[in-house]
Amino acid sequence: MKFDSPITIALSKGRIFKDTLPLLAHAGIEPVDDPETSRKLILDSNHPEVKFVLIRATDVPTYVQWGAADIGVAGKDVLMEHGGEGLYEPLDLQIARCRMMVAGFDGADLTSNRLRIATKYVNSARSYFAAKGQQVEVIKLYGSMELAPLVGLSDLIVDLVESGNTLKANGLVPLEHMADISSRLIINKASWKMKHGTVTALLNALREAVQQKA
Amino acid sequence: MIMDNQHWLLPEGINEVLPPNARALENLRRELLDLYDSWGYELVFPPFIEYLESLLTGTGGDLDLQTFKLTDQITGRTLGIRPDITPQVARIDAHQLRRESPTRLCYLGTVLTTRGDGFAGSRSPLQIGAELYGHSGVESDLEVVCLMLETLKRTGIQEIYLDLGHVGIFRGLTRQAGLKKPQELALFEALQRKAIPEIRQLVDGFDLSTEMGDMLTVLAELSGDDCLVQARQRLANASGEVMQSLDELEQLAARLAARRPDLPIHFDLGELRGYHYHTGVVFAAFVPGLGQEVARGGRYDEIGKVFGRARPASGFSADLNLLFRSGHGDSAVTPVEAIFAPAVDEQSLIARVEQLRAEGRRVIFALPGQSGDARAMGCRQVLVKQGEDWVIEASEAAGHSES
Repeated sequence: MKFDSPITIALSKGRIFKDTLPLLAHAGIEPVDDPETSRKLILDSNHPEVKFVLIRATDVPTYVQWGAADIGVAGKDVLMEHGGEGLYEPLDLQIARCRMMVAGFDGADLTSNRLRIATKYVNSARSYFAAKGQQVEVIKLYGSMELAPLVGLSDLIVDLVESGNTLKANGLVPLEHMADISSRLIINKASWKMKHGTVTALLNALREAVQQKA
Repeated sequence: MIMDNQHWLLPEGINEVLPPNARALENLRRELLDLYDSWGYELVFPPFIEYLESLLTGTGGDLDLQTFKLTDQITGRTLGIRPDITPQVARIDAHQLRRESPTRLCYLGTVLTTRGDGFAGSRSPLQIGAELYGHSGVESDLEVVCLMLETLKRTGIQEIYLDLGHVGIFRGLTRQAGLKKPQELALFEALQRKAIPEIRQLVDGFDLSTEMGDMLTVLAELSGDDCLVQARQRLANASGEVMQSLDELEQLAARLAARRPDLPIHFDLGELRGYHYHTGVVFAAFVPGLGQEVARGGRYDEIGKVFGRARPASGFSADLNLLFRSGHGDSAVTPVEAIFAPAVDEQSLIARVEQLRAEGRRVIFALPGQSGDARAMGCRQVLVKQGEDWVIEASEAAGHSES
């Protein structure tokens, strides 16, 4: 692949980075440094025009929205919370897949008045229950959601569920399926317009990689 | 809670401009208004506050959440602080001026938005813009786009990318598909994010023919400098309304390319900026290094109707603060040469100062007992009495300031 314009790609460390690498490799892009051992926040790639920035998953849409990065990979859960304003999300990379679920004690009453929901996903939880016609009290937590019902902090939780093992270990069960989550390729609007050739070439190469994998 | 020692903080997204930038910004403002004047755009000053219904009319409720509201103590009606001047100018054209011939209007003023409209989160942009009423056709769109480009040039923005779209393409396709309003809105929302997987899912749920579904889906990807050719192929069986929109877009692009051969034009048929009130061509200007557009506009033929008189209209607007920062910015801020006059109440000095000021020089009088010398007051020159005359000398001669 040839790059007519410099491109900055925002990724988060860990699973998304690991799962995105094979897709990028299909487009001929490989990082030079290993993020797990390097302390650098900006990583070079095998192309001088392509750089990576490594940031927190929840910051990826913000970097791309303001054009600090042209392209990024963000989970649909993060995008739903962010709102996705100023971004394009044209490709489902079908990596880091999981489900966003309502969970709680087996047999919990989901219809009772003013349920208290503990979650990291405040906006998603509020709009999900609002769409069901239910007013709920949302309690924002930053982690260990499973604890909240156990200590009486909330009635239910909204969280990402992969295997369900953490829920099970804490005596909770998934109750309602809210959304299927996977990572999306996101693109800054201005980059889409001003670096259109490079951005769409990369988009097409990644799309091909996703299709080949499937 | 506001701490006692934080009274100086401004509300979030509310800006002020200080010296010396304010002067450079004001110079830019004058230059742009003079430019519009030379193109025959007459200046209007719409009010800062209006009845809410009037402000929101014709904008499809897009601006409702963005509007600060208060209650009029005289009538009990709800007032809104303008979040956008364009609807006000449309009201002026339709209701106040009522001309038959084409009307060109321009404006500049602060608007307030409750949530900020991108652009570094400013909630108080200094909106500048121009609107052309009473002509429907590529010529008036062309004039407005050219005036926008000239505006950007004057602000010192060198590299401009023009983004062109046409809301008639999406609108025509949804009409052809017979989509209901909630379906259209859901699709619009997904299209704004070019969320192709979601668009496909939505379209599959609409129970349309494969061809119709494909035409709606492909919109998200019809972009780039050569996409009109592609669009002709992939939207070959679209309605006349869609074809006419493509024609209009093509004509405008051809005329622009003839006038501005160096201008990079990017088409984006899925771009529906201001979809709820635009009716034709929409456009925006992008500059490298900024993740969002610096100026935008388009055709909106329907707004006047709700004010009693539908008039074709096309216009553009921008935030002058953003233009200033993206253009010359701080480099436009040149120090003003000033002359320091002593604190002497003498007729000959007063006359000399008046004469210098009339020539356009900046003269600052010292105040008796003030702290700081000529240099501290930003004056590189001083007025010194030689015989009967007051002459200008370099301020170093006065002595001691350089430290």
